[in-house]
Amino acid sequence: MEIEVDKIDALVDEYGGEHRALTTILQDIQDEHHYLPKEALQRVSERMGLPLIQVYQVAKFYKAFSLEPRGKHLITVCLGTACHVRGGVPIVEQLGRSLDIAPGETTKDRRFTLETVNCLGCCALGPVMVVDGEYHGKMAASRVDRVLKRCIEAKEATANG
Amino acid sequence: MAKISSRAELESWRESILAGRDLSKPCITVCGGTGCRALASEGVSTAFGEELRRAGLEAKVDLRMTGCHGFCERGPIVVIFPERIFYPGVTSNDIPEIICKTIVGGEVIERLLYEDPLTGEKIVHEPAVPFYREQQRILMKDNGLIDPKKIEDYIAVGGYKALAKALFEMTPEEIIEEVKRSGLRGRGGAGFPTGRKWEICRRAKGEVKYVICNADEGDPGAYQDRSLVEGNPHSILEGIIIGAHAIGAHEGFIYIRNEYPLAVEHISLAAQQAEEYGFLGEDILGSGFDFTFKVHRGSGAFVCGEETALMASVEGRVGEPRRRPPYPAQEGLWGRPTNINNVKTWATVRHIINNGAEWYSGIGTETSKGTMVFSLVGKVNNTGLVEVPMGATLRHLIYDIGGGIRGGKKFKAVQTGGPSGGCIPESLLDLPIDYERLTEAGSMMGSGGMIVMDEDTCMVDMARYFLGFSTDESCGKCTACREGGKRMYAILDDMTHGRGREGDIELLQELSEAMKDGALCALGGTAPNPVLTTMRYFRDEYEAHIREKRCPAGVCKDLISFYIIPENCPGCGLCLRACPEGAISGEKGKPHVIDPDECIRCGICREVCNLDAIGVR
Ligand SMILES: Cc1cc2nc3c(=O)[nH]c(=O)nc-3n(C[C@H](O)[C@H](O)[C@H](O)COP(=O)(O)O)c2cc1C
Ligand code: FES
Repeated sequence: MEIEVDKIDALVDEYGGEHRALTTILQDIQDEHHYLPKEALQRVSERMGLPLIQVYQVAKFYKAFSLEPRGKHLITVCLGTACHVRGGVPIVEQLGRSLDIAPGETTKDRRFTLETVNCLGCCALGPVMVVDGEYHGKMAASRVDRVLKRCIEAKEATANG
Repeated sequence: MAKISSRAELESWRESILAGRDLSKPCITVCGGTGCRALASEGVSTAFGEELRRAGLEAKVDLRMTGCHGFCERGPIVVIFPERIFYPGVTSNDIPEIICKTIVGGEVIERLLYEDPLTGEKIVHEPAVPFYREQQRILMKDNGLIDPKKIEDYIAVGGYKALAKALFEMTPEEIIEEVKRSGLRGRGGAGFPTGRKWEICRRAKGEVKYVICNADEGDPGAYQDRSLVEGNPHSILEGIIIGAHAIGAHEGFIYIRNEYPLAVEHISLAAQQAEEYGFLGEDILGSGFDFTFKVHRGSGAFVCGEETALMASVEGRVGEPRRRPPYPAQEGLWGRPTNINNVKTWATVRHIINNGAEWYSGIGTETSKGTMVFSLVGKVNNTGLVEVPMGATLRHLIYDIGGGIRGGKKFKAVQTGGPSGGCIPESLLDLPIDYERLTEAGSMMGSGGMIVMDEDTCMVDMARYFLGFSTDESCGKCTACREGGKRMYAILDDMTHGRGREGDIELLQELSEAMKDGALCALGGTAPNPVLTTMRYFRDEYEAHIREKRCPAGVCKDLISFYIIPENCPGCGLCLRACPEGAISGEKGKPHVIDPDECIRCGICREVCNLDAIGVR
């Protein structure tokens, strides 16, 4: 992974190098790369004058950060209580069967990453599945494949056209 | 517009905004809360805009994207003012007809109206819909009226009036006294009296003090804080500024969940506007009071909702809790006295200042004053956000407002208080909801999640679910929580797989006590509650799992099997085609059969069958 050192330096400097900005800086890097490349963590540690272990500890502790590259499409299924009682698990299982991965994993071709989350705040519409930031409420396991296909086709069509 | 530098200027600004508004002018409001957005409300709003343009009505009709109305189940919600005609579930295709008939012709479109599922009656106006009629909305009142991105809308509904009153008519001590007398208690969990908390922080030694708004809302199934931050961000900000003034803090933060991008956007915008207009920054409204405010995004860790962990996180560290005392009011952020309150607590402040402590304490029960916003979700017909006075009964919430259980099923339990709370059975449905009553029932108020469960919910599976949640979210610092949680989870997991043993219930009880006593923070200390309450109220289900290896609700996969009820099966082939394992066979027009060896019990056949032909044993 090619890391633009200047960009990271600029980011750190933007927050005045203050230690309290560490999570914010990591969020910005994650937003750009969809994960935290090792080289980026190293650069953040140097520029902020923090031990790498401390940066790594923070990166590892919070769920929003991923230390592994993610797929092109991110699928998130809510397993919060409201979604759980209305059938969130069968949705994860169906996605697992269709994509042949477990939650937290990425397909070999790096097209899809499947994640679960503990509530997205759309509890009234559970179970909820999110495909690349697009929310789908009132999901059902039997509709998973169809919704996913439609969603991805639409995205890839706009990306190519 | 220049900074507002006095109370008089604020009032004249308000007057000019109101003077520019014609209340008889039609206004179409489309809900822009996250729930309705998930149901494509943005497209509906855009389509309204285009249709108005096409009809040449842009100047004659206002269009507004508002905050969450709360009736998320029926989104996207459209309300047409001034009459407040209520059209739930609107799609882009309905829009030309709404413009043509309702806006131009003044006619109500029958087919788009809400139908009361209990009486079959069609209801025209929003306030008459039973879901709303039975509520008493204070915090949620303006959500459906204002555009959360426009400060003018907030000013028009009386915004920042309380701040002006607090700054110019009241001393900090008087503000604290007012909040104390109102009886307001924290809405984030434990229900600590807010005025007392402020007083402790005000009296704490130190020049520098902080205030924090806790918008981490980790409780799964609760989303009222999100809806308030998204739908009425200035109302929270106003409360925070008043509190900061009372406490003597000049810097404040909101700690907000990473999973809530829209809420982050709206509160950030509100803070920027507030600064522009002089409600934040130096010499607020010319009072001499200075206060700055920052938005801090969380990074996805449930434990960061706990106040000491939250503060560690704001400081840029790993969000691990620490022992209390010292309490944040004595030693908080960077070691300085810090006052931390929940979103709803802060949002209540302006109402108390505006209407007085007596008004507020006149609502609610002896020990719990005011209203509470619940997120009523799960297996109930009308899911959404519900604001009722403290003391309302669970039955009132679930049946009168929630419209009862979905699909004519039987009620089993309602879970309150999130992973720290418990499951309350049918025998306690007439319980008036307040802090004490819920605690007595073994549950707690928490931040107001209310998840309804029906006969198809397995209580052992629920206990396992919550323990899994707490173990997963445990920061691992203390042994009681880290190891105790894991052991309890393993026992429950065994039960759901048919490996439960005699003595497991007693062992769970013992482990629960150990966790309660030994855990460092309330995450571990309250994690056993869902297990304890389900064992207390649904012991027979535990026994069925342990002794008979049976799951009465038909949920635990290793203990059930699916079969086709021949009398109900016309052989339509729907399940046969949907089965991901090819485990169903049969000729068209004849009852099908499921091969139990191939069946993985995914439940898809049951989901697609419209004729109740799939049974569970
Ligand atoms: C594990 C854990 C998670 C918590 N999560 C939240 C939360 O998401 N939101 C919240 O306001 N309070 C949460 N709390 C309670 C806070 O520690 C704190 O008591 C509260 O923010 C105080 O505000 P209040 O007095 O207005 O209720 C949590 C507590 C624990 C132990
Ligand atoms: S529980 Fe799934 S969105 Fe809240």
